[in-house]
This record gives sequence, C-alpha cells and structure tokens, in this order.
Amino acid sequence: MSDVPLVRQFSDSAEAQRLKRRAQNLRVLGSITSHTTLLLALALVLTPFVWMLATSLKPEREAYLIPPQLFPSRFLWQNYTDALFKYYDFFLYTKNTLIITISVLVGRLLSASLVAFAFARLRFYARDVLFFIVLSTMMIPSQVTIIPLYIIFTKLKWIDTYLPLTVPAWFGGGAFFIFLLRQFMMTINPEMDDAARIDGCSFIGVYWRIVLPLIKPALVTVAIFSFMFAWNDFLGPVIFLRSLEKQTLAVGVHFVNATASPARRPVITVVMAVSTLMMVPPTLVFFALQRYFIQGVVVTGIK
Amino acid sequence: MAISEQSAQVRSRPWNVSRNVLEEHLTALLCISPWLIGFLAFEIGPILTAFWLSLTKYNIIKPAKFIGLSNYQEMFTTDKLFWQSLKVSANYAAGSVVLGIVLGVGLALLLNQNVRGIAFYRTGFYLPAVVSGVAVAYMWILVLQQEGILNAMLGYIGIDGPNWLYTREWALPAFILMSLWQVGGGMVLYLAGLQGVPTELYEAASIDGAGRVAKFWNVTLPMISPVIFFNFIIGIIGSFQVFTGGFIITKGGPVDATMFYVLHLYFKAFESLRMGYGSALGVVLFAIIMALTYLAFRASNRLVYYEGRLR
Repeated sequence: MSDVPLVRQFSDSAEAQRLKRRAQNLRVLGSITSHTTLLLALALVLTPFVWMLATSLKPEREAYLIPPQLFPSRFLWQNYTDALFKYYDFFLYTKNTLIITISVLVGRLLSASLVAFAFARLRFYARDVLFFIVLSTMMIPSQVTIIPLYIIFTKLKWIDTYLPLTVPAWFGGGAFFIFLLRQFMMTINPEMDDAARIDGCSFIGVYWRIVLPLIKPALVTVAIFSFMFAWNDFLGPVIFLRSLEKQTLAVGVHFVNATASPARRPVITVVMAVSTLMMVPPTLVFFALQRYFIQGVVVTGIK
Repeated sequence: MAISEQSAQVRSRPWNVSRNVLEEHLTALLCISPWLIGFLAFEIGPILTAFWLSLTKYNIIKPAKFIGLSNYQEMFTTDKLFWQSLKVSANYAAGSVVLGIVLGVGLALLLNQNVRGIAFYRTGFYLPAVVSGVAVAYMWILVLQQEGILNAMLGYIGIDGPNWLYTREWALPAFILMSLWQVGGGMVLYLAGLQGVPTELYEAASIDGAGRVAKFWNVTLPMISPVIFFNFIIGIIGSFQVFTGGFIITKGGPVDATMFYVLHLYFKAFESLRMGYGSALGVVLFAIIMALTYLAFRASNRLVYYEGRLR
C-alpha cells in the first residue's frame, strides 16, 4: 500500500471517479470470469450424463461413430423397453432392492435414533467412553469384517437370504448415522426435556414425544443416505446373495451383462438405457429433498 | 416460580434423585443395547475372528487349520500382487485425494464470491456424488472408450487421447479422473467452511494491507484447514476401500494396473476361497488405515488451525 494519506489520495474527484469506475469494471470482469469458469466446469461434469442419455437412445451402430455424434439419427425408445422387459428382470430386481432398502431404513431409523438419544440426552456411567468407541468404529473398514461375517452368516444359513443385508441395520444402524442424529439432537434445548420430566414424562416418552418430532429433518437425512447406500451397494449383495432371482438391481444387471451368452448379451445402447434407469431414483430423491441432503453433508462432514 | 422451587426441592431429595438416576441409567441401557449387541456381533466379534483367521488356512469346506504367521510371510515375500495392489491403492489415494482437495477448494472459492445462482451450481456439481456404483461404472466405460466422448473432446484441443482402460499407464489415471468427477461432494463442505469464516478477519486483513493472495494464505486457508484435514482423512481411507469400479470396469487389469487392494482381497477370499489369507489381507488393511489416521492426526497438530483452541 502507498504511504500517501487516504484523504489526499482521493481528494481529486475526477481521479476518484476513475478509480470507482475501474473498481466496478474489475468487479464485472471478475464476475464474468467466475461464471465462465464455473459454467465450463459444470459442462464438463455433466457431459458423461448427457453422453449416456444420448447413447441410450441411439441405434447400436451410431454408438461407435468416429467422430462421435451427440444426437441419434432417430430416437430409439426400444432400447428402454428392451432393458425393462427383454434382457433384465428389471422389476424383480427393483422389488428386491426395495425390500432390502425399506427394511434397512426402518431398522436404522428406530435403532440409530434410540442410541443417539441416549448419547445426546441422557447422563449415564461411561457415556463418553462408549461414544468414543462408537466414533472409532467409523474407522473400521467393512472389508476387514466381511470375511468373518460371511463365515458367521454361512453357519447361520443366512447366505442367499436378505438377513445379512438387513439385520445389522436394526442393531445400531451404523456409527455414521448415530453420530449424525446425535449432532442434531444436541442442538435441542435440554430445558424441554426437564420440563417434560417434571410433568411426569418418562425418558422414553421424552424420546418419542419431544426429541423425535424435533429432529424430523435429521431423520429425513438419514432416510435419504440409507436409501442411497442400499440402492448403490454392490459388495454386500455380491457376497451374501447367490441366486439371480434374489439379486438387487445393481448386481442383477451386472451379472446379466457379465455372464449372458453372446446372443443374449445386451448391446451398449441397452446397457446405457438400464444405467440411466438405475440413476433415476437417486437423482429424483436428490432433487426433491436437496435441502436435507446438503444439511446432512454439512453437519456430518460426509459426502 | 413456586412450582419450580417446589419441584427443585423434590428433585433434590436424595432418594428421589437416586431413583431418577437409576431410571436414567436403565433407559440408557435399553437405548444403547441395540448398538451394544450390534457392536459385539458385527464389529468386535468379526474383527477378533479376522485376527484369528489370519493365522489359519481355511476354505469354509474343511475346518480351519492353524498355520501361524505363514499367511503374512507369504504376503510380504512371495505374493507380488500384494505389493502391486498396495502400490495401486497408494498411487490412487495420493492422486485422487490431493487433486480432489485442490479442485474442491478451487470451485468452492469461485462459488463463494457472491456469484449469482450459487444454488444452481451447487446442485449441478453435487449431482455426480449422488449416483454411484454400477450405473456410473458403465457410464464411464462408455465415456472412456478409445472412440468415446472424452477422447473426442481431447481431439478438439489437439490431444490424441489414449485407450484409457486398456493401457497400463492410463488405466489408473482414468480412475483418478472418475474420482475427480465426484469432487462436488467435497466442494459443498468447503463452501460451508468458507461461509463460516467471519468477515471481520478479512476486514482486519484489508486494514493490514493484505491483498487477495495474502488473505487466502493467511485467513481463508487456516480457517478452513480443519475441513480440509477431515476430507483428507476420509478421502485416504475411502481410497483404500475402492472396489465396485475396479471390479466392474477393469477387473484389476490391464496387467494388474488397477488391482486395488480390496479387489485383491476379494479375489483371494471369495474366488480362490482362501479365507485365512484374505483375512490376513484385511488385518493389514486395518493396520494401514489406523497408521495413516494416526499419522494424519499427529501432523494435524502442526498443520491445522482450530479456532478456540488454547495453545
């Protein structure tokens, strides 16, 4: 910065006007650069989606043109009917995925919120130590426990049932969700609890009547993340499910693509149609409930 | 006021207090019991089992046979794929996490300049973080083909793109590229961090004569360093657990160039049915993640600024 006092620096009004204009121009210029960069980056990010969508509507031959053409010569909607009815048991896989997802969702909402309630609102012996243990289990990679779990579930004859994929959610629902709900519950004024207690409400009553209604947004966040995880899960169903007719959408579609005989193998345009269809539910949920999404991400720090 | 005084008196009676405490403890036990059972049955139990299994030879059909440290010995001496998979995962982690942080912070900084339509951009950039798994893997197979859209775009700016997924040198960079595509998830966090930086700090820096660059290094970066650090740890841990993409897109090829650590574990345990050896790989993965977390936390004492912490 120059050593000239501000008063003298800006005393000349023509000079001041010029500086002001310059600052304004700079701001507009900066804004234009920002928008250009952001729009360019956004276009890059969205290109794969657009390309997938375009390919899913092309005749197979046009998927391999050099140079590539964005628009198909005609829109081939048959790729979608082929994906839905001909190559994959799409509706069966979707039903299976939904059964797993809903069971996980209910179990997780109930058990994780109960556990989070204890850690957020009750005082009990060794609470902080136990909560620290909850947090440390977030660091345990699931791949370490998957082999022993596979063996345990084999002994229990749970393999090729939905139990290995759903039962664990009913027992705590995962450290991540406990943490998320606890963070939200901590923001509720504890005087509410005390008031209810004085009026003769039990602790479980406090949980059910006061805390749960107040953390509805957090419960929605948990539900969304649960849905996304279950919908996109691959390793779990691959390991714990055997028969194709019990598979989830993700694994079922992949099995068909990877193992079908050449005559029955879906062509790339149909694969793109089914990929597009698989992305529709998470995208819709995201657009409909975006507010909760971003909130959940920001509170927990997990994307 | 009379009521609250009265109830305060009631609550302060020793018998009543202890009954209250007892009730609180019983409720707490009831509430955390699902987690406690789950923790024992699905976390600690399996982890201890994994440690024991790692000392055995076990293929599910025949009973497990204790073989001491042979699995670890094999891993460190004769299993070349172990070192290869470690290298692949480490390179991937380094590339995707560091570039991801730079890009994520960069985008968040651009968005934080009061540009119009911040919600629009945020939604757009976050979208790839919402979809994942199988559908995304197929999408990228299409995009990364030799004659795919990526190479076509590179062609416009005069670059002759490689056959990404089928060349040894370019397969892993392709995976890093795919991870950068999902940078929007981190960006949302950085943006929240940036919006939490008090404006007084920038004003104070202006009065001290700081320019934009100086403000970034001395105000912005220290203030969001906890968020960056958090993303760094989560990113590193996540990179060592990559599975679905590798399994679907390349199956570890070409010539093991994308043999991620967990992919190697999966093949050993569930395709060669070597549960003991797979468990040993799992135990080492656990150790790696713990060690990295520990190192990161030690480094964070010097590199991360926590507001409100007394020195």
